[in-house]
Amino acid sequence: MTVFGVPTQALFGQLLLGLINGSFYAMLSLGLAVIFGLLNVINFAHGAFYMVGAFVAWFLLQHLGISYWWSLILSPAIVGLLGIVIERTMLRHLYKLDHLYGLLLTFGLALIIEGLFRNEFGSSGQPYRIPDQLLGAQNLGFMFLPNYRGWVVAASLTVCLATWFMIEHTKLGAYLRAATENPSLVQAFGINVPRMITLTYGFGVALAAFAGVLAAPIYQVNPNMGSNLIIVVFAVVVIGGMGSIMGSIVTGFLLGVVEGLTKVFYPEASNTVIFVIMIVVLLLKPAGLFGKAQ
Amino acid sequence: MAAESALSTTAAGGGDRNAERTFAIGFAIMLGFFVLSPLAIYPIFLMKVMCFALFACAYNLLLGYVGLVSFGHAAFLGAAGYVAAHSAKVWGFPPELAILAGTASSAVLGAVFGWLAIRRQGIYFAMITLALAQMLYFFCLQAKFTGGEDGIQAVPRGHLFGLIDLAQTMNLYWVVLAIFAFGFLVIYRTIHSPFGQVLKAIRENEPRAVSLGYQVERYKLLAFVLSAALSGLAGSTKAILFQLATLTDVYWAMSGEVILMTLLGGLGTVFGPVVGAFIIIGAQNYLAKYGSWVTIIQGFIFVVCVLAFRRGVVGELGRYLRRSL
Amino acid sequence: MKKLMGSWLAGVALAALAATGAQAQMSDGAIKIGVLTDMSSLYTDLSGAGSVLAARLAVEDFGAAAKGMKVEIISADHQNKADVGSTTARSWYDVEKVDVIVDTPNSGVALAVNEVTREKNKVFLVSGAASSDLTGPKCSPNTVHWTYDTWALANGTGNAIVKTGGDSWFFLTADYAFGHALERDTEAVVTKNGGKVLGKVRHPLNNADFSSFLLQAQSSKAKIVGLANAGGDTTNAIKQAAEFGIVKGGQSLAGLLVFLTDVHGLGLQTAQGLIMTEAWYWDMTDANRAFAKRFAAANKGIHPTMIHAGVYSAVTHYLKAVEAVKSDADGKAVVEKMKATPTDDSLFGKGTIRKDGRKVHDMYLFEVKKPAESKGPWDYYKLRSTIPAAQAFRPMAEGNCPIAG
Repeated sequence: MTVFGVPTQALFGQLLLGLINGSFYAMLSLGLAVIFGLLNVINFAHGAFYMVGAFVAWFLLQHLGISYWWSLILSPAIVGLLGIVIERTMLRHLYKLDHLYGLLLTFGLALIIEGLFRNEFGSSGQPYRIPDQLLGAQNLGFMFLPNYRGWVVAASLTVCLATWFMIEHTKLGAYLRAATENPSLVQAFGINVPRMITLTYGFGVALAAFAGVLAAPIYQVNPNMGSNLIIVVFAVVVIGGMGSIMGSIVTGFLLGVVEGLTKVFYPEASNTVIFVIMIVVLLLKPAGLFGKAQ
Repeated sequence: MAAESALSTTAAGGGDRNAERTFAIGFAIMLGFFVLSPLAIYPIFLMKVMCFALFACAYNLLLGYVGLVSFGHAAFLGAAGYVAAHSAKVWGFPPELAILAGTASSAVLGAVFGWLAIRRQGIYFAMITLALAQMLYFFCLQAKFTGGEDGIQAVPRGHLFGLIDLAQTMNLYWVVLAIFAFGFLVIYRTIHSPFGQVLKAIRENEPRAVSLGYQVERYKLLAFVLSAALSGLAGSTKAILFQLATLTDVYWAMSGEVILMTLLGGLGTVFGPVVGAFIIIGAQNYLAKYGSWVTIIQGFIFVVCVLAFRRGVVGELGRYLRRSL
Repeated sequence: MKKLMGSWLAGVALAALAATGAQAQMSDGAIKIGVLTDMSSLYTDLSGAGSVLAARLAVEDFGAAAKGMKVEIISADHQNKADVGSTTARSWYDVEKVDVIVDTPNSGVALAVNEVTREKNKVFLVSGAASSDLTGPKCSPNTVHWTYDTWALANGTGNAIVKTGGDSWFFLTADYAFGHALERDTEAVVTKNGGKVLGKVRHPLNNADFSSFLLQAQSSKAKIVGLANAGGDTTNAIKQAAEFGIVKGGQSLAGLLVFLTDVHGLGLQTAQGLIMTEAWYWDMTDANRAFAKRFAAANKGIHPTMIHAGVYSAVTHYLKAVEAVKSDADGKAVVEKMKATPTDDSLFGKGTIRKDGRKVHDMYLFEVKKPAESKGPWDYYKLRSTIPAAQAFRPMAEGNCPIAG
């Protein structure tokens, strides 16, 4: 059976792989969107935190024998704390300045973090084995789906939707949205906005670390794993609309799938398709697909 | 923007005599340094510094004088390198034509990128340029003529005007120095022309420049194309110098490096980018043995510059001397 | 302006003086060996610090000090980037007064160093890089390609697999000089033996995720999935192929370049049954075993690969040639001497170097042992057959090397 001259087997297979990649795009762009919404900072170090998340999981398993499942909680917590420290000591001083200084600072941080890890571990990956419960694969007829990759999609979807729900439908989220719109007014109501900013940054970074732990068994744990991914994720955030929560989730998954489709029909363009979409979106709808025009 | 407030203290009025004399002295010192230093310093290293200094100066034209943060300038450096290398190696162009071809192609590329990017401002501008440059990177990775991961190797240096053998290191050195000085003076002239005054007006207050009747977009585009072309001049020269054009020069990390050089040297100062390029290339050269420490130190400089040293080396020096350098 | 002109002229004159001064110092009595290799990335285990160690052992065994020869070794990481490799080589030759560069895994980098070495008339001893172009169209009077090349790998492994029924192939190729050369040379062997190539896909160097490439390999229905890559790329591809059920689905993997350290990293459970072509294995002769023991003791227990052995052997022969010529200044002359003298050392035995720079010796076809067959760590290979030196490498006439004459 074929669709447009392509065997359905290959088509569905690539679509599914696209969805798996999309899970990572969604988690990372969600974190970026949350941070950008409140801090107005494009967090260039997001990819580095994703990588650190994977390394923490690797370290916990290798040296302390702590399992994958605990790492899913512990690693984001540890990396989130690191993020909080960075926000308190550095980012905080830049809010008065142009937004671009935030971008430059986090770019520098990314260089430092990745350099330190590359120095320590080289740039060949450290293997991280798939947890026993998720070994094996399902034969879907058109392809073997490793159980672990199925789990990644499910976990990512859960975390993304939970975050969305928290921001859009809880009181805490309401404060957060209010602070995004008008920080001084919210401050006047007696809410500690600076602390809220700190926690938001920590949370966004923790999301990246969570994605890193999920990625560890698939991509190996490698100091460079975040640096190339992050630029694609930037494009995803711009396409979705900077600061839009649902936008970044939907666009993340969607673009993963589009990329998968491109691999089937025009593989040469699979690396560039997201950037092309970004340019088209910026020209037609500058605020992004889901963003509000300011 | 705060970047500008830091700038406006250093960039004093352009036309007065005092400033011109300061420039003449500074330029003489710089030229003197580059003429004498090959006696003591490895000439290839110095030529590399000059290529990057020109690149950083071209970048500074955009960032320091128009206030546009491009995160994709590697595209112009790298693309020009590929074109120069390809035309010299495959089509047998003499070096002067190869460099010209590289420069011209970067100008064209700059026109396209600029046309797309100047529609947006601030962070959007940075992200669009980054995305465009990354697209070009993937194009270069896959295109046949670039040699992908291997790059274009063994590019002949050739004879300049059919006469001067550039395979001789010192011959090449004087040529690179001449190109650098030429590019540097073009930038200086531009900044101090009426055109440059308009650019600065846009940087300080864009809405006001619009209300004064300037077609801001056109000025920005012109500045972007000029910056791209001069980056291309640097890139082509570098390709002829190293006889090599590779992916490193189109990769986004290179765009970060040029920002770092400009920032460290001093945004919106004429000599700043040269000093920044010298420090960064020097650090890369002497720390190369220590692996990733180069990256770590660069990141550290970035952080320090952003947090506490936003005027850069020359900016601080200028403030101390009360001169605009 | 006049003043400026004057200083310019003075500068030219002084620089010219400096340049001649440098020339006179070149033959400064010390032989400086630069090991240019991958110190941080996917080829670190199979070359890296081990290659530096191998060079050091060679200098020790040669007894350079006792013969009054001063030999220094320096090393650097080329980061698998052609521009880094070529810049390092250039400044090594110009500033550090390096006389010979050895190893250099990654064919893209090696080809760049090859050009710089020719320009500066020094010596380049290739052990790590594989592209057969180094003794083909890109051959140089200053380069010796020591251990193996893509033609030899294709000839050994490709032949063996096609002859046992693996006649339809799909290539997973690392997208740079080495991968292209290996794919090209293997494809030639496959089609010459009546096999077919059903498709190929190129992946970036140091790639993390092979899933979509493996899916393409799967839907091609080829019997053999040929891995035209090396080091970390090969081990990643093999692991992920297991995850996606490639072998369960009835296809076989052919690792066209697999090293001892790769097998160690994969574990015998995953690697068993792989067939590969190599130039050297530690557990073949007493001399090899003794070398491996010394090497492993100084290298965290990691046993030498054929690349390490090649570095040892190449450096040994180079030092002999320099001793005979009594100078390290003229790279071309040293290489000519190396070609004129038959090679003979404890690891590679007797052999020769051809005019095109190809070192010629026997190659071996190995199979990875089953876990039950192995007596312990590093006991991984069993010999399937020996490919005699005369047939192991591409005939000189077919290489299009301009200096082969």
